[in-house]
Amino acid sequence: MSHALDVHRWHFAFTITFHYIFPQLTMGLALLLVYLKTKALRTGDEHYNRAARFWARIFGINFALGVVTGIPMEFQFGTNWAAFSRTAGGVIGQTLAMEGVFSFFLESSFLGIFLFGEKRLGRMGHWFSGFAVFLGSWLSGFFIVATDAWMQHPVGYRMAANGTIELASFWDLLLNRWALWQYAHTMLGAVQTGCFVMAAVGAFYLLTKRDEAYGRTFVKAGVLVGVIAAVLQLFPSGDAQGKMVAEQQPATLAAMEGLFHSEQGAALVILGQPDVEKHQLDNPLAVPKMLSFLTYKKWSANVRGLEDFPRDQWPDYIPLLYYSYHVMVGLGTIFIGVMALAALLLWRGKLYESRWMLWGLMLCVPLPYIANTAGWMTAELGRQPWLIYGLMRTAAGVSPRVGGGNVLFTLIGFMGMYSVLAILWLFLVWREIELGPDPDESRRRSAELPLAAD
Amino acid sequence: MGTIWFCLVALMIGMYVLLDGFDLGAGAIHLLVAKTDDERRQVLASIGPVWDGNEVWLIAAGGTLYFAFPALYASGFSGFYLPLMMVLWLLILRGASIEFRNHIHSEVWEPLWDFVFCASSVLLAVFFGAALANVVRGVPLDASGYFFEPLWTNFQVGEQTGILDWYTILVGVLSLLALVMHGSLWVQMKTSGAVSERAAKLGARSWWGVLMFTALITAFTLFGISCNAFTIVSPLCILLSTISCFLFLVHLFAPTFAPARLTI
Repeated sequence: MSHALDVHRWHFAFTITFHYIFPQLTMGLALLLVYLKTKALRTGDEHYNRAARFWARIFGINFALGVVTGIPMEFQFGTNWAAFSRTAGGVIGQTLAMEGVFSFFLESSFLGIFLFGEKRLGRMGHWFSGFAVFLGSWLSGFFIVATDAWMQHPVGYRMAANGTIELASFWDLLLNRWALWQYAHTMLGAVQTGCFVMAAVGAFYLLTKRDEAYGRTFVKAGVLVGVIAAVLQLFPSGDAQGKMVAEQQPATLAAMEGLFHSEQGAALVILGQPDVEKHQLDNPLAVPKMLSFLTYKKWSANVRGLEDFPRDQWPDYIPLLYYSYHVMVGLGTIFIGVMALAALLLWRGKLYESRWMLWGLMLCVPLPYIANTAGWMTAELGRQPWLIYGLMRTAAGVSPRVGGGNVLFTLIGFMGMYSVLAILWLFLVWREIELGPDPDESRRRSAELPLAAD
Repeated sequence: MGTIWFCLVALMIGMYVLLDGFDLGAGAIHLLVAKTDDERRQVLASIGPVWDGNEVWLIAAGGTLYFAFPALYASGFSGFYLPLMMVLWLLILRGASIEFRNHIHSEVWEPLWDFVFCASSVLLAVFFGAALANVVRGVPLDASGYFFEPLWTNFQVGEQTGILDWYTILVGVLSLLALVMHGSLWVQMKTSGAVSERAAKLGARSWWGVLMFTALITAFTLFGISCNAFTIVSPLCILLSTISCFLFLVHLFAPTFAPARLTI
């Protein structure tokens, strides 16, 4: 059974991690598209409309992949986590169904209009369709986060006589305090992915001395929005979420920080490797008393270590949880540094000539993806060993009749299929970047020539 | 309350069959009715703006099923684990082929995606038919309300059922024929020239197949499987078979008048 449980968990983890590559970019880009369309509307400069069209093409590729990899997520609640669905479907089915119906409709229909209806709609109409795409994708994100937040911090429910969990208050589910902060943190992460990708493409154009007007627009948009998002990511959203974890999931906080023994004035660990057998952290590099201060605003506050909790309450992959959390925080800090430096150069009017900074922006492009993934791993590994925190163990949620062998079969199938999709994705996005934002049809054609037969 | 949700879910699934039915059908006949790149673009253009909207009905139906009938969702989805995963793979391949086909113009790019589009549409039509047949035939629920179906056992409607047996395969073929007809009529209406003519011919021919198979399977459903006497003949099953017959009837007649209303 434990083998089957592990395969079920890997199945969900793999498919959701791959899926989230796409929404984090589209949700971030949606905001930047609104930025570009607003610029176009206010300045009347066609340059911004062409820039928006270029990013809409990249948005479209990512959106399509987000949709096709998203449908398996909804299915897996039933196929792989049947016992969980039977118990909690009455609650989380609400938010998942709303995600499917509303936001997806709003998003996919308006995306069609946004991509193909520019000539027919007029300037205001096209701006509005872009805004609707933004609204739809952010609404989608909210319903998904609200679902996860309920699993992290269940509210507004009651236990029914037959052992299932019923929804007692719809608004409690939607306005869950955990959901609001987690949503802010998640969306800021998505915005940073969008900003880093846009800035990196701009930096690439400037460094290769092509499409430089676009390059400047992209770098500027990415850095301006990116620096704000990077700061807000740390404070207040990250800070508030950390305090919520300390309050609601104290064992999780201890595992994230690699804190085995309770301490008055606990240190904040920057680097180090947790040794779960010996209950210690090897090679620690720490800031004294900082953890107590950050968590409780008091330098000498007591932070409970893992030893304070019964062993069966400990998250089950402590080292992975610890590393995920530290990678997320470390990268988040680096993003503030990189974006602030770039913003400073932009303000001084030197950014477009600072080749070292442009190199830095360009090479940063994988990092927000890693940070977002690590962030979700922190949230989901931190919730363990619970599927619904405090209510249902993960082991109790799997489909009782679906064996590990069958799940491994479909996991391998998804791995193969997603490898193909990943190659297609890189190839098609790279091709759009290579063709460039210039709407000059002859150049697009000539770039197609080596492949075209006629 | 349960009855209202049941009708709503049935309506959503019905809408899905009707709407995604024609674009699945268009995919299934893609290689048959459209020979040149230009003709294939016509077929794809006819479903391009609507296919993902149609697929939202599947997601909406799934989501509604989830929160209105969690026990059914849990036991059904885990019991049909393998075929559902394959349906997902086919949906992914099909979505990718529609979205990515026109990104590159090349002798090897478009034909590849045309083939993937056609093959995945055919298989999806068969799988959906077989899924419906499994629901009508019934599954061996255990005491806790779960079951697990292998892909096939001995192809008999017997004690240990599989997803595929002679009955479900027959319904799968009927489903393919019905969607071929449905798709042909759509393509005939939405395109012009050679494609439209070929689709018209195919639609007329498949109508006879649909008629024959519907009669045959209705007879099997009424007398054939219950003779095997294994199934859980519960009121739900009878209701579902009535709905399925109704859906097939809708299939038979809807395309002739429906598309005019469905065009967005």
